[in-house]
Amino acid sequence: MAEAAAKLEELSPVLSINNIEVVYDEVIQVLRGVSIDVPQGQIVTLLGPNGAGKSTTLKAISGLLKTENGEVTKGDISFMGQRIDSKSAEDVVRDGIFQVMEGRRIIEDMTVIENLKLGAYTRSDNEINQDIEMVFQYFPRLKERTGLAGYLSGGEQQMLAIGRAMMARPKMICLDEPSMGLSPLLVKEVFGIIEKINKEQGITMLLVEQNANYALKAADYGYIMEGGKIVLDGTKEQLLNNEDVKEFYLGGGNETRKSFKNLKSYKRRKRWL
Amino acid sequence: MSSLAMRPCGDFRTSYKQDNTIFETKTIRWFTALVIGLACFAPFILDAYYLTLFIQISYLGIAALGLNILVGFTGQISLGHGAFFGFGAFASAWLNTSFNIPVFICIPMAGFLTMAVGMMFGMPAARIKGLYLAIATLAAQFIIEDFFGRAEWFSGGSAGSMANPVELFGFAFDTDESFYYIALFALVFMYIWGCNLMRSRDGRAFVAVRDHYLSAEIMGVKLNKYRLLSFGISSFYAGIGGAMYAHYLGYVSAEGFTIFMSVQFLAMVIIGGLGSIKGTLMGVVFMVLLPEALEGGVGIMKDTSWGNIPMVVDGLAYIKEMAIGLVIILFLIFEPEGLAHRWQQIKNYWKFYPFSY
Repeated sequence: MAEAAAKLEELSPVLSINNIEVVYDEVIQVLRGVSIDVPQGQIVTLLGPNGAGKSTTLKAISGLLKTENGEVTKGDISFMGQRIDSKSAEDVVRDGIFQVMEGRRIIEDMTVIENLKLGAYTRSDNEINQDIEMVFQYFPRLKERTGLAGYLSGGEQQMLAIGRAMMARPKMICLDEPSMGLSPLLVKEVFGIIEKINKEQGITMLLVEQNANYALKAADYGYIMEGGKIVLDGTKEQLLNNEDVKEFYLGGGNETRKSFKNLKSYKRRKRWL
Repeated sequence: MSSLAMRPCGDFRTSYKQDNTIFETKTIRWFTALVIGLACFAPFILDAYYLTLFIQISYLGIAALGLNILVGFTGQISLGHGAFFGFGAFASAWLNTSFNIPVFICIPMAGFLTMAVGMMFGMPAARIKGLYLAIATLAAQFIIEDFFGRAEWFSGGSAGSMANPVELFGFAFDTDESFYYIALFALVFMYIWGCNLMRSRDGRAFVAVRDHYLSAEIMGVKLNKYRLLSFGISSFYAGIGGAMYAHYLGYVSAEGFTIFMSVQFLAMVIIGGLGSIKGTLMGVVFMVLLPEALEGGVGIMKDTSWGNIPMVVDGLAYIKEMAIGLVIILFLIFEPEGLAHRWQQIKNYWKFYPFSY
């Protein structure tokens, strides 16, 4: 019993999103009741097609909705037992959630090291230089690149964006499509490093991805989102072996190719809350 | 490399520390020291005309540095910089004459007063940006200008106000030669301060606000704080520049600080190079010397046989004004990144000469 309780304690969610609804411009409802739990020290992935509301979920967490005229109208988000859904973006960072935005968004006119120092903006301790060295250990190729960050390749910029997130010493990093625009080899490398950071630094990760294959391999638990709702969730193994997931996200599925007629009549399991 | 005190051709910086220094090599450091050292002797060599030009460059330069921090580094815009410059001028003269505060204390105090005013008018920046912000700061320009005309207790109204020369330990800096040192010191001080500001945590936050305000926000940078702060710092610089201007000329009149001056500051910053401290000074030098050079050119033309034709003589005055406009337009087309960028290209060219890529 004690063991089970300890296990439960270990897996208690640091971030829990409880049935939130998000409305943009007061008319466009994007999220229709989304609930996600992210346990301490794990990688949780959020998959789904374009427009499912994955990025909106991340923005709701990081407090960026307000800048886009969005609003959480229902439900709540709590991080380590604290409500964060009404906090501003800069306060959420101070609480320990760092978002790596889609499309990297590094500061092109700054050097790599300035970008990293900027990531440590919220900190006031003296260990920033040590942390820069730590980031360089994970991303050795960043160390060789002097000059402006705008001249880095896409993959390196993505690495810089992740490294910049680590500089803030967050408890949790939200990654929005780290594989975007990267070659398959680089995607592999980046995901390898993400897993490594998660294991060695114990940083919890919430990974939003289109590349379901890699995301599911890296993650411990996955949610699949469609049309503003969670339609499926499960552990990595459950999802990897799920016929629907195979068919729609991983390719392949049943060996025989299905006709489109069959696809149309296909219905997904609803997740009721 | 360091023992040679030379810069190898090409960009061979191998560490991030090298990327971040103010002076890239020993040579540049010594050269800078040498130039400042030589500048100290300028009053003994140059005549008053050139000294006046230098002093003009220094006070306009300080104000323009501030505008570049606002426009170039933080990505805000201000059409009221000339008014802030004027506010600094009046504030320093007012503090000195009304409260008998020594002038050399008045100058920084005027800077802080202008900073407060600048932040007040910078408040709209928290909400609006781009063209809308430009119009909001244009309002600041007109409000402050009107204030100069009406507030007789502050500015002396339409009569203007007198400003005493800088006095330090009983020595009055009331000649061009002596004021030159004050101007030189203030310019070097403010320049270095600006350079270092941009290498600090706050400087990085400014650039982040300019380039990606969303990612700045998710890194914990308070956008409104930095937008406001950049207005504050830029007005501080404008105030210092204005105060220097007041105590140099000895008399401040409300008529000088019009929208034209604000636009001229913007032109200096854009010609020099947005987001470049070094470029700002180049832009100021350019904008100050261009009319003088054209004036000289017109003078030479008048002496030639062309000068006998009355139409040409009349026309030359117009041509001078138009030429300034033309040069600015050409600059924007052919060198949108400013003189700082061109300077870098010239340096690169000579570094590889004659074997360029």
